[in-house]
Amino acid sequence: MYKNSMRVEFPGSSDNERFARSVAAAFILELDPTIDQLSEIKTAVSEAVTNAIIHGYDGCEGNVTMEGKIEDDTVTFTVSDDGVGIPDVKRAREPLFTGKPELERSGMGFTIMETFMDSLDVKSESGKGTTITMTKKLE
Amino acid sequence: MELFLSGKHHTLIVKIYGELDHHAAVGIKENVDRELARTGARNVAFDMSRVSFMDSSGIGVIMGRYKVAKSLGGRVIIYGASEDVGRILAMSGIKDIAVIADSVEDGMREVEANV
Repeated sequence: MYKNSMRVEFPGSSDNERFARSVAAAFILELDPTIDQLSEIKTAVSEAVTNAIIHGYDGCEGNVTMEGKIEDDTVTFTVSDDGVGIPDVKRAREPLFTGKPELERSGMGFTIMETFMDSLDVKSESGKGTTITMTKKLE
Repeated sequence: MELFLSGKHHTLIVKIYGELDHHAAVGIKENVDRELARTGARNVAFDMSRVSFMDSSGIGVIMGRYKVAKSLGGRVIIYGASEDVGRILAMSGIKDIAVIADSVEDGMREVEANV
């Protein structure tokens, strides 16, 4: 069974969104993904990291942690922050819901993560932060 | 990003290069809104042909410009989107608020036909 793992931690500033999705793309190259799979994973990771930066930290300083795990042909990414947390995760996952309408956010982040990955789990606690876990089987 | 004014069509053409994420979105919004105010254009046409990556932040940019264009009596046109960008646009229902076209000319024709 092929196994690999990685962990990166970086400040939650918007220029690290590109860094995070590039790392995620490089991490899965060993699985020989299709162009579509690569694009889907980059987009889902970008959404999760952007969520941590905009909603978790909301302009305050803090680190975002991204962990990757590969087991055979299944990849798992976990993106976590120690920010404000999401008060109502169920509502946040509804398409077009945004907690930041003043920032012109589309409210499509979780919908995109759900669509592009096989599973999405969001754990959040007010004042403690949010952890997003996503898996995808690359066949 | 490059901004051109097509005076004949009262349209600001916005050609976006590279990756359209939250980091890039902030500058694009500011520049487009400033140019709309400065030039008096009422339509915004996004040339997506050179966009290599877009996430939901791009949808936010388009939705926001839709509101601005609507308040000016204009429309938003999106053209030249890749398959990847097209998927995100389709998922978000952007076609209900913007004209999605193959070229700027096609988009203009549709806007002018519906005036």
